[in-house]
Amino acid sequence: MTVELEPIVGRYMCLTLGGRENRIYFEEAGQGIPVVCLHTAGADSRQFRHLMTDPAVTDHFRLLAFDLPWHGKSTPPVGWQDEEYRLTTEAYAETIMAFCRALELDRPVVMGCSMGGRIVLHLAGAYGDELRAVIGLEGSDHQQPWYDTDWLHRPDVHGGEVCSALISGLVAPQSPDETRWETLWSYMQSGPGVFKGDLYFYRVDSDFRDRTARIDTERCPVYLLTGEYDFSCTPEDTERTGAAIPGAEVTIMKELGHFPMSENPAQFRRYILPVLDRIRDT
Amino acid sequence: MSGSDDVAAVFEQLPERVNGNAPLVRRGRFLDVDFLIGADDIPLHVSVRQGRITNVARGPVLMRPWRFAIRASADAWARFWAPFPEPGYHDLFAMTKSGMAEVEGDLQPLMANLRYIKDVLAVPRGTEPQV
Repeated sequence: MTVELEPIVGRYMCLTLGGRENRIYFEEAGQGIPVVCLHTAGADSRQFRHLMTDPAVTDHFRLLAFDLPWHGKSTPPVGWQDEEYRLTTEAYAETIMAFCRALELDRPVVMGCSMGGRIVLHLAGAYGDELRAVIGLEGSDHQQPWYDTDWLHRPDVHGGEVCSALISGLVAPQSPDETRWETLWSYMQSGPGVFKGDLYFYRVDSDFRDRTARIDTERCPVYLLTGEYDFSCTPEDTERTGAAIPGAEVTIMKELGHFPMSENPAQFRRYILPVLDRIRDT
Repeated sequence: MSGSDDVAAVFEQLPERVNGNAPLVRRGRFLDVDFLIGADDIPLHVSVRQGRITNVARGPVLMRPWRFAIRASADAWARFWAPFPEPGYHDLFAMTKSGMAEVEGDLQPLMANLRYIKDVLAVPRGTEPQV
């Protein structure tokens, strides 16, 4: 074969979530400590493709990234056409832990971005014994909204166009055009109302300010990394969150925005590789 | 460049800068709207027809209606146009979240054409002398 194949392999699994069957798509690459990667709201697992093809990561870690139900190549559960999709803390945590248990992952690291960076704080508190560490990218326990999510799903505004145009400003100005536009492309593709439904979790059902102080980082270390250009989850939001969690480590990343792993993979690896090394050494 | 007259003068060049940009005009090809840009106390009435900027009128113009308005200080616009703007000045909504810019009026034509409008506002980026 003359074509060069990427090391990423994709498969499907059936997970029962909330009493309903869901066909879940996931990708994986690498060998070693399992790292479950959580995509941002209104996007899918492709955001981690650069990390999954980086030998400095995959030589030591088994990266797994799944598409949440309704996202990417995972289908919505049967009957979806008469429902309004709304992600909750309970459903999100159930999905992540069901995925980890289904694959019998041994104390995985969970790394999530944006809403994924939010839910890992809940996981560290509720499931810390089952996890090796959590990494919150653009994560905080709470943040201020910056637009009305009703604009994301209405017939007189194209959902894909407006989702992408809104979040385009969260990409750092220094990020290369190629990866900037690939990041935006995934936002143009999510189903009607899916981004909005994710933001129900992010805006309404995940104010974790009441629980972050109780996270035991001796049991489950917490690493928080946020880009300086992220005005959604701001560096101040992350620093405040980190300060409330004894032992949490906070890094503010230069020349990065809200999608570090996909908007500028080369810049992101400068920050994430030392964190992964730390996890490997402990 | 940081005075409101200087910033208004940059906005007055939008017709040449936008209309010569074929991908941008195409992006706005379904948009016909009159909107307002504010730089300090200077209002600029911008007319868009099929993605082309057909007029920019420095106000105040008595009794001229607009669908939506986008206002910021001249200093904020100048920083917004830096080749690599500093955090907080790099996007319209970064500036509205912090209170450095305001958006008001009928937002439907803005949101339905958001990428086009954001690109129009950013057309001067990297082309102007800096603060």
